[in-house]
Amino acid sequence: MNFNLLYHIGRYVLLLRQTFSRPENLSMYWKETMRQMEDIGIGSLIIVALISVFMGAVAAVQFSYQLDGTLVPRWYIGYIVRDLAIIESAPTITCLVLAGKVGSNMAAELGSMRQKEHIDAMEIMGVNTAAYLILPKIIAAVFVIPLLVTLSAYVAIGGGYLATVPIGTLSADEYERGLRAFFLPRNVTMMYVKSAVFAFILTTVPCFQGYFVKGGNIELGRASTNAVVFSNILILLADYLIAVLLTG
Amino acid sequence: MIKAENIFKKFEDTDVLKGVSMEFRPGKTNLIIGRSGAGKTVFLKILVGLLEPTSGSVWYDNIDFFSLNKKQVREIRLQVGMLFQGSALFDSMKVEENVRFPLDMFSKGTLAEKNKRVDWCLERVGLAGVHKKYPSEISGGMQKRVGIARAIVMAPKYLFCDEPNSGLDPRTALLIDELIQDITYEHNMTTIINTHDMNSVMEIGDNIAYLHEGLLAWQGSKDEVLSSENELLQGFMFASPFLQRLRSAALRAG
Repeated sequence: MNFNLLYHIGRYVLLLRQTFSRPENLSMYWKETMRQMEDIGIGSLIIVALISVFMGAVAAVQFSYQLDGTLVPRWYIGYIVRDLAIIESAPTITCLVLAGKVGSNMAAELGSMRQKEHIDAMEIMGVNTAAYLILPKIIAAVFVIPLLVTLSAYVAIGGGYLATVPIGTLSADEYERGLRAFFLPRNVTMMYVKSAVFAFILTTVPCFQGYFVKGGNIELGRASTNAVVFSNILILLADYLIAVLLTG
Repeated sequence: MIKAENIFKKFEDTDVLKGVSMEFRPGKTNLIIGRSGAGKTVFLKILVGLLEPTSGSVWYDNIDFFSLNKKQVREIRLQVGMLFQGSALFDSMKVEENVRFPLDMFSKGTLAEKNKRVDWCLERVGLAGVHKKYPSEISGGMQKRVGIARAIVMAPKYLFCDEPNSGLDPRTALLIDELIQDITYEHNMTTIINTHDMNSVMEIGDNIAYLHEGLLAWQGSKDEVLSSENELLQGFMFASPFLQRLRSAALRAG
């Protein structure tokens, strides 16, 4: 078991080393990066917006319920929704969802390419397949996912507003007062650090799983599942480590 | 020329290749034949560098392939074309993009120059009008031809074909065989074909190597297949009573 874990970590590191090597042809990598950006960014806009609006709404409703009858002022709901979105829900929940959507897709794509001998075909042409197939995905994700997370944070704050202000839980002015209170710019930095790290995890882990697929459809399905499971575990672990490091 | 020297390959406890040595000369269609599980695919993958042998060496014109660094391997690979069993065309790319892919990756020519080369290759394999189609929109035989066009687009010195006829009807299989042979002769390529199609053996086998249980059991040309007394080869080539009768009749007729 321990040997297996070390073996897989070693293979993951070696794959990354192969991935971060000099591209054969920059324009081909650029084209592939643009395609990935569209896939990851545009392709995930609706799901990210949808989960974010509900994340914000649920947070606002829950805290409104928790604060009911306490001495804590109601405008704190805006403050809590904002910080919750920026620090935790926008980067973490969004990336967990993206690990399921984007990560499983990447593992399946690479696994299928391995099975159909597309990767072998590229290897024989002289292409560094790890670099050509994985590097554009990493670059696209590390660039696009922080943008999606930013959008998620804004939409979550909007969701909190929609769930409280129209039904009279608190006024728009109170919500805005909460949004403006106790703002720490370093929380935004933490959000971007998290989203970049999570983006790296949710691309490299699925790519690793897909790139080395052996066997048939069952193994491909397993690789896709493993990609999501391991990405999620590593994202949560990284979330904890970043929280400890940046708030300590 | 490609030369394999004493190739051994072991997967865990299984010896797949047990010391295979062969030489493949340019301008000839070299066929590797054998029963399923004889080690043909493993041997081909070792020759092309997709698998590393447990021991032994592969020489490309006096260059020991497995002693090369990555850059040198790439230089050799630029001289290699390969046709895969399932064609291995990229689904998301059109036919012309598939054929142009190696040029896009490695050639410094203009798009017009690359397209001209793509046009020539597609015309050469008899597929002039399918540039804009996706692989899923053309037949299996056409996919193989596109695979050949992609394999020759960089004007390789070495051409590898892994079961080029699998899944094709006999007529189309024959056309693919002829195409591979013609291209081999035209460009004086070293062509190595992995097959268990008997028609291919009898039609285009300039140099045939029969692998049996990881060993080279017989080597010769298509003209020597009928008269060979090698029992393993005859058991493989003329497996059915009908084919045995056919062979006897052919030998009697001289």
